Amino acid sequence: MKKILLFIFYLFIFNNSAKALVEVDITRGNLDPLPIAVSPLYVESGSLDIKQGDKIIKNVGEEISKIIEINFKRSGLFNPLKKDSFVQKPDIAHVKPRFEDWRLIKAQALVTGKVTVSEEKLRVEFRLWDVVAAKEMVALAFSTTPNNWRRVAHIISDKVYQRLTGEEGYFDTRIIYVSETGPKTQRYKKLAIMDQDGANIKYLTLGNELVLTPRFSPKNQLVTYLSYFRNLPRVYLLDIETGVQEVVGDFPGMTFAPRFSPDGEKIIMSFAKDGNSDIYTMNLKTRVVEKITDHTSIDTSPSYSPDGKYIAFNSDRSGLQQIYVMRSDGSNVKRITFGKGLYGTPVWSPRGDLIAFTKVRKGKFYIGVMRTDGSGERLLTENYYQEAPSWSPNGRVLIFYRETKADSDGKGFSAKLWSIDLTGYNERLIETETDGSDPSWSSLLSK
Amino acid sequence: MVSLTNLRKFLLVVLAGIALSACATQGKKGSNIAGDVYTGNDTVEYLATGVKDRVFFATNKSTLTTASRDTLRKQAAWMRKKSKLKFTIEGHADERGTREYNLALGERRANAVKDYLMTYGISGSRLNVISYGKERPVNSGSNPLAWSQNRRSVTVKAE
Repeated sequence: MKKILLFIFYLFIFNNSAKALVEVDITRGNLDPLPIAVSPLYVESGSLDIKQGDKIIKNVGEEISKIIEINFKRSGLFNPLKKDSFVQKPDIAHVKPRFEDWRLIKAQALVTGKVTVSEEKLRVEFRLWDVVAAKEMVALAFSTTPNNWRRVAHIISDKVYQRLTGEEGYFDTRIIYVSETGPKTQRYKKLAIMDQDGANIKYLTLGNELVLTPRFSPKNQLVTYLSYFRNLPRVYLLDIETGVQEVVGDFPGMTFAPRFSPDGEKIIMSFAKDGNSDIYTMNLKTRVVEKITDHTSIDTSPSYSPDGKYIAFNSDRSGLQQIYVMRSDGSNVKRITFGKGLYGTPVWSPRGDLIAFTKVRKGKFYIGVMRTDGSGERLLTENYYQEAPSWSPNGRVLIFYRETKADSDGKGFSAKLWSIDLTGYNERLIETETDGSDPSWSSLLSK
Repeated sequence: MVSLTNLRKFLLVVLAGIALSACATQGKKGSNIAGDVYTGNDTVEYLATGVKDRVFFATNKSTLTTASRDTLRKQAAWMRKKSKLKFTIEGHADERGTREYNLALGERRANAVKDYLMTYGISGSRLNVISYGKERPVNSGSNPLAWSQNRRSVTVKAE
């Protein structure tokens, strides 16, 4: 895999003390998205076109602004205004916007910028303006290699999002998932990775063996997943930069349902033997394996709290699948779901205050969230089949997959990736070349 | 020690089987589903004449029904004659459960079959177990009949 290239940041004006009038209320969902104007980034004369494979990017400034607009629109928190209503030219707006003009088209915030492209380097500067207060809010410049131009757009999106919402963004991130093709009875599955917006899809396995449930490390570019390599279902570790992969541990049977600990040092997973599945951890440095649960029931889908002190998991020890929380050493097991229906796939929010889950009730599948003691259950979306939520790194958005009902010949079946806001608003399809399932969101690539 | 545990498992299986067959009569007529368990032969293949390769399960369950135990006793009798052959028991689930739970459930179902075959004298070393969870349905429909055919354990000859 291509190496993540280093970005060089330099703040050219630091304007932290300016009190802004514009801010986005993130508690209400997409009811009142903030009108924002994203001026095309001005390309300095003498700049080169960017050659990317057989594609030539002619006006990278405009392309970057389009990606920023799509990010904003998909977040549900912003309403990017149409460019044909813009009066001021990009180069002049970047130096000194005429705020009256931007107010006239009802923009409350404005993004401007400038790019310079040479053979080796793409230099970008951008500014975020508070149109209402007629003030600059953020000014930032950075350099990278020209091939990284899409990431530039995502980084600008993150900076703007952060300044206007007060929360970290999630645009400069990637999603690993399972790409699916073929009929339902003979599905081919490959590991695939893409940018958060669905661009730059790359396939990491060939589809020769069944692969399931890839999950990103919260710390680095490692992924853990289940592979049926040589018909032995085992948890694997994959470095997506080097392509090196290895089996996790030496278990005499199926290991599955892997996830990383929040420090990235351990893998937590289930090991099934003689009809019984228990939860184990393996330290990736010391290789020490620990048994965490010891029960005759099925214990699986473990997920650590972000402080590493607790583990949520699902178990059928009460007879049917329910969610439990225990200390990370396996002590003090408490059942937290008592509602009607089955509960599975608990995933602890990166903020620590919520657990996302899948619920099955009366033939319907729900993605929901609840507090870590099981109280305050909120069901965000109902459908024929959907499961496996994964949090955006800022804990604001959930990505999951949804399967459609097939007729008796198996026609009409599809598996797609979807995202939804924590508020239950802004449900969106994430388009992929093939069907997809088991998505997992990376942490921010650059902070 | 080993035979004792197996005997206990066997008794449990028998008891559970009785409980299940009691409610099996409540299934709809002509649907080939009794209770929640598929009873037809549509997807069934044969290891040898009269020896079915698979047994079916109720939703979220790994209990063997009376019919399943009958099938498995025939499998065991045939396996005893083919003493050089080894087998893989595949455990499967329907699509109406979360993926990871289904992997565990498939493993539990395949082991219920393995345990039963072992109580009829088949060495555990001849029986390999693998779970496919919901990944390898035999019927691609999204309806109760399809799901009942997919909740299965299949015995196949190992290469």
